Amino acid sequence: MLIKFFIKPRKGVLDPQGRAVSENLRSLGFDNVKDVKVGKYIEVYLEEKNKEKAVEQAKEMAKKALVNELIEDYEFEVVED
Amino acid sequence: MKFGVAVYPGSNCDYDTYRVIRDVLKEDVQLIDYRRTDIDHYDCIILPGGFSFGDYLRPGTLASHTPLTGAIKDFAKKGKLVIGICNGFQILTEAHLLPGALMPNIHGKFVCRHQYLRVENADTPFTNQCEEGQILKIPIAHHDGNYFVDEDTLRKMEDNGQIILRYCDEFGNITEEANPNGSIRNIAGVSNEKKNVFGLMPHPERASESILGTEDGLYILRSILEYHS
Repeated sequence: MLIKFFIKPRKGVLDPQGRAVSENLRSLGFDNVKDVKVGKYIEVYLEEKNKEKAVEQAKEMAKKALVNELIEDYEFEVVED
Repeated sequence: MKFGVAVYPGSNCDYDTYRVIRDVLKEDVQLIDYRRTDIDHYDCIILPGGFSFGDYLRPGTLASHTPLTGAIKDFAKKGKLVIGICNGFQILTEAHLLPGALMPNIHGKFVCRHQYLRVENADTPFTNQCEEGQILKIPIAHHDGNYFVDEDTLRKMEDNGQIILRYCDEFGNITEEANPNGSIRNIAGVSNEKKNVFGLMPHPERASESILGTEDGLYILRSILEYHS
Protein backbone atom coordinates (compact mmCIF):
# COMPACT_ATOMS: atom_id res chain seq x y z
CA MET A 1 0.00 0.00 0.00
CA LEU A 2 1.01 3.58 -0.54
CA ILE A 3 -0.13 6.40 1.73
CA LYS A 4 -0.06 9.88 0.22
CA PHE A 5 -0.06 12.68 2.77
CA PHE A 6 -0.94 16.24 1.76
CA ILE A 7 0.05 18.69 4.49
CA LYS A 8 -0.52 22.44 4.44
CA PRO A 9 -0.46 25.34 6.90
CA ARG A 10 -3.62 25.34 8.97
CA LYS A 11 -6.40 27.72 7.98
CA GLY A 12 -5.90 31.06 9.69
CA VAL A 13 -2.22 30.40 10.38
CA LEU A 14 0.09 32.72 8.47
CA ASP A 15 2.10 31.08 5.68
CA PRO A 16 5.06 33.34 4.78
CA GLN A 17 6.16 31.03 1.99
CA GLY A 18 2.70 30.96 0.46
CA ARG A 19 2.47 34.74 0.67
CA ALA A 20 5.83 35.21 -1.06
CA VAL A 21 4.91 32.77 -3.83
CA SER A 22 1.54 34.46 -4.25
CA GLU A 23 3.23 37.86 -4.68
CA ASN A 24 5.70 36.31 -7.11
CA LEU A 25 2.92 34.83 -9.26
CA ARG A 26 1.13 38.17 -9.35
CA SER A 27 4.35 39.90 -10.39
CA LEU A 28 4.50 37.48 -13.32
CA GLY A 29 1.13 38.75 -14.50
CA PHE A 30 -1.18 36.19 -12.89
CA ASP A 31 -3.39 38.97 -11.54
CA ASN A 32 -6.21 36.63 -10.55
CA VAL A 33 -4.12 34.74 -7.94
CA LYS A 34 -6.06 35.14 -4.67
CA ASP A 35 -3.90 33.14 -2.31
CA VAL A 36 -1.23 30.46 -2.24
CA LYS A 37 -0.54 27.82 0.40
CA VAL A 38 2.78 25.99 0.33
CA GLY A 39 2.73 22.61 2.04
CA LYS A 40 4.34 19.21 1.95
CA TYR A 41 3.67 15.99 0.11
CA ILE A 42 4.85 12.76 1.71
CA GLU A 43 4.68 9.21 0.35
CA VAL A 44 4.84 6.30 2.77
CA TYR A 45 5.17 2.82 1.27
CA LEU A 46 3.76 0.11 3.52
CA GLU A 47 4.14 -3.65 3.55
CA GLU A 48 0.43 -4.04 4.17
CA LYS A 49 -2.35 -5.63 2.12
CA ASN A 50 -5.24 -4.56 4.34
CA LYS A 51 -6.46 -1.09 3.40
CA GLU A 52 -8.32 -0.47 6.66
CA LYS A 53 -5.18 -1.20 8.65
CA ALA A 54 -3.22 1.15 6.42
CA VAL A 55 -5.78 3.91 7.02
CA GLU A 56 -5.53 3.42 10.79
CA GLN A 57 -1.75 3.51 10.59
CA ALA A 58 -1.83 6.63 8.45
CA LYS A 59 -3.83 8.48 11.10
CA GLU A 60 -1.42 7.35 13.79
CA MET A 61 1.63 8.38 11.74
CA ALA A 62 0.12 11.79 11.14
CA LYS A 63 -0.61 12.26 14.83
CA LYS A 64 2.71 10.96 16.15
CA ALA A 65 5.11 12.49 13.65
CA LEU A 66 4.13 13.71 10.21
CA VAL A 67 1.73 16.51 11.16
CA ASN A 68 1.62 19.12 13.91
CA GLU A 69 -2.11 19.68 14.08
CA LEU A 70 -1.69 22.91 16.02
CA ILE A 71 -0.30 24.59 12.89
CA GLU A 72 -0.99 22.19 10.02
CA ASP A 73 -3.98 20.61 8.25
CA TYR A 74 -3.66 17.37 6.36
CA GLU A 75 -5.41 14.89 4.15
CA PHE A 76 -4.27 11.49 3.04
CA GLU A 77 -5.23 8.79 0.64
CA VAL A 78 -4.31 5.12 0.64
CA VAL A 79 -3.74 3.49 -2.73
CA GLU A 80 -2.29 0.19 -3.97
CA ASP A 81 1.29 0.74 -5.05
CA MET B 1 25.53 21.21 40.32
CA LYS B 2 25.62 18.66 37.51
CA PHE B 3 24.55 19.78 34.03
CA GLY B 4 24.03 17.62 30.96
CA VAL B 5 23.99 19.08 27.45
CA ALA B 6 22.06 17.00 24.92
CA VAL B 7 23.83 16.32 21.64
CA TYR B 8 21.68 15.41 18.64
CA PRO B 9 23.03 15.04 15.11
CA GLY B 10 22.99 18.63 13.91
CA SER B 11 23.13 20.33 17.31
CA ASN B 12 25.65 23.14 16.90
CA CYS B 13 25.52 25.18 20.10
CA ASP B 14 26.31 22.16 22.26
CA TYR B 15 29.98 23.02 22.77
CA ASP B 16 29.29 26.75 23.33
CA THR B 17 26.85 25.80 26.05
CA TYR B 18 29.18 23.18 27.51
CA ARG B 19 32.05 25.68 27.60
CA VAL B 20 30.05 28.39 29.35
CA ILE B 21 28.88 25.98 32.05
CA ARG B 22 32.41 24.64 32.53
CA ASP B 23 34.52 27.81 32.19
CA VAL B 24 32.21 30.64 33.23
CA LEU B 25 29.86 29.01 35.75
CA LYS B 26 32.60 26.54 36.72
CA GLU B 27 30.08 23.77 37.23
CA ASP B 28 30.19 20.09 36.41
CA VAL B 29 28.93 19.45 32.86
CA GLN B 30 28.85 16.58 30.38
CA LEU B 31 27.69 16.17 26.79
CA ILE B 32 25.02 13.46 26.38
CA ASP B 33 24.60 11.46 23.17
CA TYR B 34 21.02 11.37 21.85
CA ARG B 35 20.93 7.55 22.03
CA ARG B 36 21.48 7.46 25.79
CA THR B 37 18.83 7.24 28.48
CA ASP B 38 20.85 7.15 31.74
CA ILE B 39 20.41 10.76 32.87
CA ASP B 40 19.02 10.53 36.41
CA HIS B 41 22.29 11.70 37.99
CA TYR B 42 22.03 15.15 36.36
CA ASP B 43 20.34 18.13 38.03
CA CYS B 44 19.61 20.05 34.84
CA ILE B 45 19.49 19.03 31.18
CA ILE B 46 20.08 21.64 28.49
CA LEU B 47 18.82 21.07 24.93
CA PRO B 48 21.08 23.32 22.86
CA GLY B 49 20.56 25.26 19.66
CA GLY B 50 21.28 24.01 16.18
CA PHE B 51 19.51 22.12 13.46
CA SER B 52 18.93 18.69 14.93
CA PHE B 53 18.36 16.09 12.20
CA GLY B 54 18.61 18.89 9.64
CA ASP B 55 15.22 20.31 10.68
CA TYR B 56 13.74 17.52 8.54
CA LEU B 57 9.92 17.28 8.64
CA ARG B 58 9.65 20.17 11.16
CA PRO B 59 12.33 21.68 13.43
CA GLY B 60 12.73 19.48 16.50
CA THR B 61 10.39 16.69 15.39
CA LEU B 62 12.88 13.90 14.80
CA ALA B 63 14.94 14.82 17.87
CA SER B 64 11.77 14.66 19.97
CA HIS B 65 11.46 10.93 19.14
CA THR B 66 14.97 9.88 20.23
CA PRO B 67 15.81 7.74 23.30
CA LEU B 68 17.39 10.73 25.05
CA THR B 69 14.31 12.92 24.63
CA GLY B 70 12.18 10.03 25.94
CA ALA B 71 14.38 9.96 29.04
CA ILE B 72 14.17 13.77 29.32
CA LYS B 73 10.35 13.47 29.44
CA ASP B 74 10.62 11.18 32.48
CA PHE B 75 13.30 13.44 33.97
CA ALA B 76 10.97 16.45 33.63
CA LYS B 77 8.05 14.53 35.16
CA LYS B 78 10.15 14.11 38.31
CA GLY B 79 10.31 17.90 38.58
CA LYS B 80 13.96 18.18 37.50
CA LEU B 81 15.11 21.18 35.47
CA VAL B 82 15.08 21.15 31.68
CA ILE B 83 15.93 24.14 29.50
CA GLY B 84 15.69 24.25 25.71
CA ILE B 85 17.47 27.00 23.80
CA CYS B 86 16.38 27.82 20.22
CA ASN B 87 16.28 24.40 18.51
CA GLY B 88 16.07 22.97 22.04
CA PHE B 89 12.87 25.00 22.53
CA GLN B 90 11.51 23.58 19.26
CA ILE B 91 12.34 20.04 20.45
CA LEU B 92 10.54 20.65 23.77
CA THR B 93 7.34 21.81 22.03
CA GLU B 94 7.47 18.87 19.60
CA ALA B 95 7.96 16.54 22.61
CA HIS B 96 4.87 18.15 24.22
CA LEU B 97 6.90 19.16 27.25
CA LEU B 98 5.93 22.76 26.44
CA PRO B 99 2.69 24.04 24.88
CA GLY B 100 2.57 25.66 21.45
CA ALA B 101 4.66 25.41 18.30
CA LEU B 102 7.43 27.37 16.60
CA MET B 103 6.55 28.30 13.04
CA PRO B 104 8.71 29.90 10.32
CA ASN B 105 9.43 33.58 10.94
CA ILE B 106 6.65 35.77 9.59
CA HIS B 107 8.93 37.53 7.07
CA GLY B 108 10.45 34.26 5.86
CA LYS B 109 13.99 35.35 6.76
CA PHE B 110 16.61 33.99 9.11
CA VAL B 111 17.10 36.56 11.86
CA CYS B 112 20.43 36.95 13.68
CA ARG B 113 20.87 39.93 16.00
CA HIS B 114 21.04 41.19 19.56
CA GLN B 115 17.54 41.36 20.97
CA TYR B 116 15.99 43.07 23.99
CA LEU B 117 13.77 40.89 26.15
CA ARG B 118 11.50 41.74 29.05
CA VAL B 119 11.35 39.38 32.01
CA GLU B 120 7.65 38.74 32.60
CA ASN B 121 7.99 36.33 35.51
CA ALA B 122 11.01 36.48 37.82
CA ASP B 123 9.67 33.82 40.15
CA THR B 124 10.91 30.75 38.28
CA PRO B 125 13.95 28.47 38.55
CA PHE B 126 15.31 30.16 35.40
CA THR B 127 14.73 33.85 36.20
CA ASN B 128 15.01 34.22 39.98
CA GLN B 129 18.14 36.39 39.59
CA CYS B 130 16.15 38.88 37.47
CA GLU B 131 13.61 41.49 38.49
CA GLU B 132 10.17 41.41 36.97
CA GLY B 133 10.19 43.87 34.08
CA GLN B 134 13.99 43.74 33.76
CA ILE B 135 15.31 44.17 30.23
CA LEU B 136 17.89 41.66 29.03
CA LYS B 137 19.99 41.88 25.88
CA ILE B 138 20.63 38.42 24.43
CA PRO B 139 21.25 37.36 20.81
CA ILE B 140 18.73 35.47 18.71
CA ALA B 141 19.55 33.44 15.59
CA HIS B 142 16.73 31.46 14.03
CA HIS B 143 14.46 30.85 11.07
CA ASP B 144 11.60 29.24 12.98
CA GLY B 145 10.98 31.28 16.10
CA ASN B 146 7.43 32.44 15.44
CA TYR B 147 5.72 31.11 18.57
CA PHE B 148 2.10 30.09 18.17
CA VAL B 149 -0.41 28.73 20.63
CA ASP B 150 -4.22 28.71 20.62
CA GLU B 151 -5.98 31.51 22.52
CA ASP B 152 -7.43 29.27 25.25
CA THR B 153 -4.07 27.76 26.11
CA LEU B 154 -2.41 31.18 25.90
CA ARG B 155 -4.86 32.61 28.43
CA LYS B 156 -4.18 29.74 30.82
CA MET B 157 -0.44 30.21 30.38
CA GLU B 158 -0.69 33.93 31.08
CA ASP B 159 -2.82 33.35 34.18
CA ASN B 160 -0.32 30.79 35.42
CA GLY B 161 2.77 32.96 34.80
CA GLN B 162 4.15 30.69 32.10
CA ILE B 163 5.08 33.52 29.74
CA ILE B 164 8.62 34.15 30.98
CA LEU B 165 10.18 36.40 28.30
CA ARG B 166 8.80 38.75 25.64
CA TYR B 167 10.58 40.57 22.82
CA CYS B 168 10.70 44.29 23.55
CA ASP B 169 12.52 47.47 22.54
CA GLU B 170 15.42 48.88 24.56
CA PHE B 171 12.98 50.63 26.90
CA GLY B 172 10.96 47.50 27.58
CA ASN B 173 8.01 48.36 25.33
CA ILE B 174 6.30 45.36 23.78
CA THR B 175 5.80 46.58 20.23
CA GLU B 176 5.29 45.04 16.82
CA GLU B 177 8.56 46.60 15.62
CA ALA B 178 10.42 44.89 18.45
CA ASN B 179 8.99 41.52 17.48
CA PRO B 180 11.68 39.83 15.34
CA ASN B 181 9.67 36.88 14.05
CA GLY B 182 5.89 37.36 14.38
CA SER B 183 5.53 35.48 17.69
CA ILE B 184 2.09 35.74 19.22
CA ARG B 185 2.11 38.54 21.89
CA ASN B 186 5.89 38.91 21.38
CA ILE B 187 6.57 35.69 23.25
CA ALA B 188 10.26 34.73 23.43
CA GLY B 189 10.25 32.15 26.23
CA VAL B 190 7.69 29.99 28.03
CA SER B 191 7.59 27.38 30.76
CA ASN B 192 5.40 24.39 31.51
CA GLU B 193 2.76 24.53 34.24
CA LYS B 194 5.15 23.41 36.98
CA LYS B 195 7.88 25.86 35.78
CA ASN B 196 10.60 23.21 35.74
CA VAL B 197 10.74 23.12 31.93
CA PHE B 198 11.72 26.32 30.12
CA GLY B 199 12.12 27.03 26.40
CA LEU B 200 13.43 30.21 24.83
CA MET B 201 14.57 31.32 21.38
CA PRO B 202 17.39 33.67 22.57
CA HIS B 203 20.83 32.20 23.30
CA PRO B 204 22.01 32.85 26.90
CA GLU B 205 25.21 30.90 26.18
CA ARG B 206 26.15 33.52 23.55
CA ALA B 207 25.69 36.30 26.11
CA SER B 208 27.73 35.07 29.07
CA GLU B 209 31.13 36.71 28.57
CA SER B 210 31.88 40.44 28.27
CA ILE B 211 33.98 39.90 25.14
CA LEU B 212 30.73 38.95 23.36
CA GLY B 213 29.12 42.30 24.15
CA THR B 214 26.61 41.22 26.78
CA GLU B 215 26.61 39.02 29.86
CA ASP B 216 22.86 39.09 30.37
CA GLY B 217 22.59 35.38 29.62
CA LEU B 218 24.20 34.79 33.01
CA TYR B 219 21.06 36.05 34.76
CA ILE B 220 19.33 32.96 33.42
CA LEU B 221 22.17 30.50 33.99
CA ARG B 222 22.87 31.81 37.51
CA SER B 223 19.16 31.57 38.36
CA ILE B 224 19.42 27.83 37.75
CA LEU B 225 22.35 27.60 40.21
CA GLU B 226 20.52 29.70 42.79
CA TYR B 227 17.40 27.55 42.51
CA HIS B 228 19.40 24.38 42.98
CA SER B 229 21.51 25.61 45.94
